[in-house]
Amino acid sequence: MKYVDEFRNADLARAVSAEISALAEPGRHYKIMEVCGGHTHTIYRHGIKDLLPDQVELVHGPGCPVCVLPMGRVDEGISIAERPEVIFTCFGDMMRVPGSRGNLLEVKAEGADIRMVYSPLDALRIARENPDREVVFYAIGFETTAPSTALTLQRAKKEDIENFTVFCNHVTIVPPVRALLDSPDLRLDAFIGPGHVSTVIGCRPYEFMPADYGKPCVVAGFEPLDLMQSILMLMRQLDEGRCEVENQYGRAVLWEGNLQALKAMSEVFELRPYFEWRGLGFIAQSALKLSASYADFDAELRYSTPGVRVADPKACQCGEVLKGVLKPPECKVFGTACTPERPLGALMVSSEGACAAYYNFGRKSFEKVEIGSRR
Amino acid sequence: MSEGREQRVLEELERNRRRPPKFTAQRIDMSHGAGGKATHKLIEGLLLPAFDNPVLAPLSDAAMLPFGDAHIAMSTDSYVVRPLVFPGGSIGELAVNGTVNDLAVSGATPLALSAALIVEEGLTTEALTHEIEAMAAAARNAVVSIATGDTKVVERGKADGLYITTTGVGVADPELNLSAAAVRPGDKILCSGTLGDHGAAILIARGDLELEAEVLSDTRPLTPLVRALKETAGSGLRFMRDPTRGGVGTVLNELARDSEYGVVLWEDRLPIRDVVHGACEILGIDPIYVANEGKLLAVVAPEMADAALEALRGVEGGEEAEIIGEVREEPERMVLMHTRFGGTRMIDMLVGDPLPRIC
Repeated sequence: MKYVDEFRNADLARAVSAEISALAEPGRHYKIMEVCGGHTHTIYRHGIKDLLPDQVELVHGPGCPVCVLPMGRVDEGISIAERPEVIFTCFGDMMRVPGSRGNLLEVKAEGADIRMVYSPLDALRIARENPDREVVFYAIGFETTAPSTALTLQRAKKEDIENFTVFCNHVTIVPPVRALLDSPDLRLDAFIGPGHVSTVIGCRPYEFMPADYGKPCVVAGFEPLDLMQSILMLMRQLDEGRCEVENQYGRAVLWEGNLQALKAMSEVFELRPYFEWRGLGFIAQSALKLSASYADFDAELRYSTPGVRVADPKACQCGEVLKGVLKPPECKVFGTACTPERPLGALMVSSEGACAAYYNFGRKSFEKVEIGSRR
Repeated sequence: MSEGREQRVLEELERNRRRPPKFTAQRIDMSHGAGGKATHKLIEGLLLPAFDNPVLAPLSDAAMLPFGDAHIAMSTDSYVVRPLVFPGGSIGELAVNGTVNDLAVSGATPLALSAALIVEEGLTTEALTHEIEAMAAAARNAVVSIATGDTKVVERGKADGLYITTTGVGVADPELNLSAAAVRPGDKILCSGTLGDHGAAILIARGDLELEAEVLSDTRPLTPLVRALKETAGSGLRFMRDPTRGGVGTVLNELARDSEYGVVLWEDRLPIRDVVHGACEILGIDPIYVANEGKLLAVVAPEMADAALEALRGVEGGEEAEIIGEVREEPERMVLMHTRFGGTRMIDMLVGDPLPRIC
């Protein structure tokens, strides 16, 4: 298929793989974190791990927006969805994210009017079509999806649609990465920067990573060759002793980002003083809420959600697994209190989370798979 | 970490995995109908223990009832699909072909079907007539009779226009021994054609996604394909399934689990239409989990595989058949795929389906 097959070419992949291997110093172990959940998906789907030398290990980062939502925020969404006057709208992948007493799919089965949408504009359309109901959009995602929420809210304000509100759970990518970098026991050498987020925020926000922490970062696209090339670019930096932000995803990411999208976001949102992340705890200025001029559209104000914090069990050690200090089975609750069916921590929520993958496939989720000859 | 501890954790997980599942949900939600892990829990945790009997226990596509020296095959399926008419077919055609196919892949020759219709108040006679005629045509085409039936009407809002349940009986072929237990390492996995056509056609026909693409459902009776396989592979034919809800990924996971062998796929051998591939890329879904309604997966002894492939390709609906993988000793109970990109990937069973109901 055009514009896809070019980026999945096995011959090119082998060539890049050989270059990466040639740059790996004997006896040195390289830990590279891909921050973004979309990259994790590409790595699994195409088997990129098998194309890397044993010394180069990919560590899956905190960038899956549904996985990092804490139980309390899911519970609050559910409490809004259960109100009889509300049509609750959300993306499909939010439906299975567990709160402390179930997920949205289960609440829908109990009778709540929950509808899956593919865009916040669909939620706004539902509000127009149902003037006697209250339509709430459960906004999730990093800076990737925040602009579409912002544009939807601008339109709602312009059209004066009163029965539409947003339960805002947008998060920002830089603070959790900084929190990881701040921890003294971090064992990572370099970072693959998120591609979709960077189409909005550009590359400049990552400059602190080399400047303050001495870690190289390459912003990468989502096809498997994009990732291979990004790993090669990082290996070259490490080999040459360079440490900087580079942009591999030049066909989509501008260094300065998307100024129009950033402008819409700055009009509609403001930073929260702090926000809780599943398995990572509270991180300062890591999430967005609606600005004062959009207060009328803020579901948190209209429904005065209690803001109850549901504590992550103390034993949950997602942070340690993310930092590369622990392997999933070393976590105290792995496979007992925390399973893919009833996840506690972020890394068990998505099937591509490090813990869920280990749960399903055991050691094979880490190791290269030897399955004999190709044919 | 200590090897000992990791080993203990892995062993505990394996013990849990082999335990019969418990059904603990408080209510039925949509994931229980998606054909993945939640559906398995419902069936194996609630239905199987309650109905407990040796005919049901193998949970195959059709039950085999001993009758004198022979076996009668019996299968049932309900059809709920929106929209009722979609590119390439409609619910009536699906309801006949689906049950015929469950019998056919069990190695049986379909004889007769029952048809139970649940009709929603307000359905136009034109729409109902269209489906009745579609059922009649599909039955003629598959050479089965619709021998008995029932109709019920429910109030407006209680059904999506029309639900159909068909039950079929057929005569099992005494020469065949089809089961996951008959599968051996080295056996080849054949697929009769392109993957995901039906599911993609339904998703696009719903219009929620505002995608415009020409994808037709692949609904068709598999009886001619099965006949061709039986004639060429004979006792080398070990296992057959039609990968409907949950797709090829789900069927092969069931095969790996039940046979206790590994299944290896080659991504570059998977027949997938460009337009289906494109639609799946845009939607973020994987064609390997998308439903088919006219495709056959067969496990065939290695020495018969090439002849079986040629036989499939010679039958209408099998022109694009491929050998897509094989059975291996290791890794047991898992499905792996050699990716086109040059790596390997685990193919897990789907947990639940976030997409709207598709069949």
